[in-house]
Amino acid sequence: MTDAVPRLSEERIAYLESLVSRARSAAAVFTQYTQEDVDRIAHAMVLAGLEKAEYLARLAIEETGIGVLEDKVLKNMVATEFVYHYAKDKRTVGVVREYPERGLVEVAEPIGVILSLTPITNPTSTVLFKCIMAIKTRNAVVFSPHPNAWKCCFEAVRVMHDAAVKAGAPEGVFTCLESHTLKDNCYLMRHKDVGLIDATGGPGVVRAAYSSGKPALGVGAGNTPVYIEKTADLDMAVVDILTSKTFDNGTICASEQTLVIDEQVYDAVLEKFAEMGAHLCNQEEAELLARCVIDPKTGSMQPAAIGRKATDIAGMAGFDVPPGTKLLIAPIQGVGRAHPLSVEKLFPVLAVYRARSADDALRVCVDVNHSGGLGHTAVVFSRNDRIIERFAEAMNAGRVIVNSPGAIGALGGVYNDMVPSFSFGCGTGGGNSTTDNVNLNHYLNIKRVARRTQAHMWFRIPNQIYFDFNAVEELRQLRSRSTVIVTNAALEQMGHTAVVRRCLPGNTQAHVCIIPDAEPEAAVILRGVETLKTSVADQIVALGGGSVIDAAKIMKLLYQSPQADLQELAAPFLDFRKRVAQFPTEKVQEARLVAISTTSGTGSEVTPFAVLYDKARGRKVTLADYSLTPDVAIVDPQFVMSMPKGLTADTGIDALTHALEAAVSIYASPYTDSNAMQAIAMVFKYLPIAYECPADQEARSMMHNAACIAAMAFSNASVGVNHALAHAFGARFGVAHGRANALMLPFVIRYNAGVPTKFMPSPNQRAYVAHKKYAEAADALRLGGRTSEEKVNRLVAATEQLLDRLHMPRSIAELGISVQDFEAAMPELVKAAYEDPSWKSNPRMPLLNELAELFWSAYHGRAAAGSAAPRELQTA
Amino acid sequence: MTTIAVWLKVDGERVAHDLRAACERLHSADGEVVLDLSEVRRIDPGAVHAIDKLATRADEKAIKIVLRGVNVAVYKVLKLMKLAPRFTFVS
Repeated sequence: MTDAVPRLSEERIAYLESLVSRARSAAAVFTQYTQEDVDRIAHAMVLAGLEKAEYLARLAIEETGIGVLEDKVLKNMVATEFVYHYAKDKRTVGVVREYPERGLVEVAEPIGVILSLTPITNPTSTVLFKCIMAIKTRNAVVFSPHPNAWKCCFEAVRVMHDAAVKAGAPEGVFTCLESHTLKDNCYLMRHKDVGLIDATGGPGVVRAAYSSGKPALGVGAGNTPVYIEKTADLDMAVVDILTSKTFDNGTICASEQTLVIDEQVYDAVLEKFAEMGAHLCNQEEAELLARCVIDPKTGSMQPAAIGRKATDIAGMAGFDVPPGTKLLIAPIQGVGRAHPLSVEKLFPVLAVYRARSADDALRVCVDVNHSGGLGHTAVVFSRNDRIIERFAEAMNAGRVIVNSPGAIGALGGVYNDMVPSFSFGCGTGGGNSTTDNVNLNHYLNIKRVARRTQAHMWFRIPNQIYFDFNAVEELRQLRSRSTVIVTNAALEQMGHTAVVRRCLPGNTQAHVCIIPDAEPEAAVILRGVETLKTSVADQIVALGGGSVIDAAKIMKLLYQSPQADLQELAAPFLDFRKRVAQFPTEKVQEARLVAISTTSGTGSEVTPFAVLYDKARGRKVTLADYSLTPDVAIVDPQFVMSMPKGLTADTGIDALTHALEAAVSIYASPYTDSNAMQAIAMVFKYLPIAYECPADQEARSMMHNAACIAAMAFSNASVGVNHALAHAFGARFGVAHGRANALMLPFVIRYNAGVPTKFMPSPNQRAYVAHKKYAEAADALRLGGRTSEEKVNRLVAATEQLLDRLHMPRSIAELGISVQDFEAAMPELVKAAYEDPSWKSNPRMPLLNELAELFWSAYHGRAAAGSAAPRELQTA
Repeated sequence: MTTIAVWLKVDGERVAHDLRAACERLHSADGEVVLDLSEVRRIDPGAVHAIDKLATRADEKAIKIVLRGVNVAVYKVLKLMKLAPRFTFVS
């Protein structure tokens, strides 16, 4: 068959068109049928097929001269009764499967018109099988049988069609070409109304089907190796192989082709074959046989031998065998063109190879498998599960049949629980689209109705949080043999470390690890881990701001799990729950982490985040995992009473940014909202007081709590683009984190409150609500305003006023960074901000140019923002 | 103004028959033909053939055929048979 469009006479084209037209009309009408309709029709067809099983088998034998009548009857019955048994309760119309837990429903859609090519070897059984499949799936079929088997197939199609129509199927649901040529097939394979080609036959037919450009199920030739391993049940193996290889005179393409027998049992097996009626060829007979049944030019079997009896084949080859001989077995020494009988032989001739070992046997089986049998079928007889497993791994076969006959085993439903089928997919090895036994699923388009699902949310915080003045006393309750206090030199000098030491239980050995007062670098962390190791610490008390606590978190991680790869753990991710890098769970040590915050901003004492400074690349790296969350958080305001004003302002605005970003995050939930809104209100009320009256204990205490509460919100809802910008800018220009946040904050509120250029995919959000959340925050602050827009404007104004009151720089330019320097740094800033994981939970997906615009807005400050003039605030 | 020459309600049990009858009436019709298919639950190949013929005849006579109340299953058959563009559909 060529790929060119065939030239056919007008009459022939009209004939072919009429077949397709009838099928198309039937298929269209068939779409209206219910499951009950098709089940009723299928039932009627199966009964008709069973009734005509012998009649059709006889027709097949008469026309093709191939095979054994009794076996063809049996195949017709399997094709009807067994296939029906498999198919009868299968849903093939409407909803076919439901996965309520996944919100998925599968709905069947018919294909329409199927062009079905059927083989000479199994003509009527293949027709019966495909008709039942088509009816169950509401498809119409145009059959194109093998030219030398068209009459019996035509009759089989008629039997099925009449039974189907009588039971209510649309007229024309099955049509069949009468005598035809390859040109007809070529024309039909390219017909616009043919939806699928189901080609069962030789490699040429299958190749033509796949090269037609149509969706195709092409299933074809095999070359089945059979390994009889030394532990096998030999009697069973011999009978099964004889049953299978002589079934319909070996015409099933899954039938056994080459026996590979362990030498320990080789003679015994052949003796049993001889006892059961097989003839063992001598060398001379084997050569005669090979010359007779294998085409020396192509190396393939001679068509004249297909489906002939063993005695006939021996006669054709020129040697005598006893009457009643079932099978000819010819020894071979290898596989390939030099060993002609090692190819597929669809007649009762088997090649046999004596294997010196299991490895030798498996190698030869692989050779047979690769000599025309890729993807098809392989058989193993063994009692050794490891051998069976090795065999299955070695074979490229859609069906690996164990301790049972290859041909009947591959058919499915008789010797095993595979799907009954007369079409064996051979996967890509055989140039096919599937390795399955072709079944109902292949005759359907499956539509998946996917309902919106929402992953469950979470709210995770440390097991214990102690707050208020002298909460540090709770350390007394925490038993520890050896505690390492991680802190910085300033806090040590201020006497905070001494306070902590006093609160440790009396029998606790305390060690102090002083680290620099800066975002931790890897070298600092590693030194800390060494301290933990040498002191065999079972408790780490992190006393400090975010940098110290973050350092302690990473120290604990590396102390407990030295195999942790920080670079890998810092890999970017989109969804916290689906991230590739997994934090280690195997631990060589156990240590409790107690975090005592000495600033009121980062909230690191309750968060699962840790920021590491990547000195080599000059940027911050964020680690995020709930295993980093401290076990105990102590929020004791005594440690923040002496915070300098600048630090109070910076950290306070950091806390406000946490709360505002958590409020509008795509992971926001009622749990985080309550914390976020509470923290926003507390910051607006107490931060100015704490800044202006540092000794005010209530303000200090409330700000300390506000920072922790805001952190509880963003620990679970995460932050947003403000933090991405601040991380990038802060790292590049050495600006404190809170201050960097402050520079971005008014612009980010406006940005998120606007209509996004790109929405962030967020199944947990049912609408874009960022502006409404900001309005809620404005309401919590009693800022007034009627519309969301007004409320957002007032929130921005209130934020700007707060920043002014805290004497925060209101533009990057104010920091003394020149336009030229800033512009030069812009590509790097945008890249760093874009690579920062913080924005992944932002409600609005920031585009690269938008990141640049936000940076420039922050550079120019309020003038560029066009923000309203500060107005009097009425804070809660 | 369009003249409604024929208004025919198609019996759900005799679809092909009624469509053939409608086809016959096109001989003497002009303007617009409305066929009410609201009682038709399903069509068979005979009805498909009759609809095809009706559309051809209507094209020849430049008559617009309006199909009323076609259920989605029947509509899908007409789409698959590429007949839908030859008709106007109303609810």
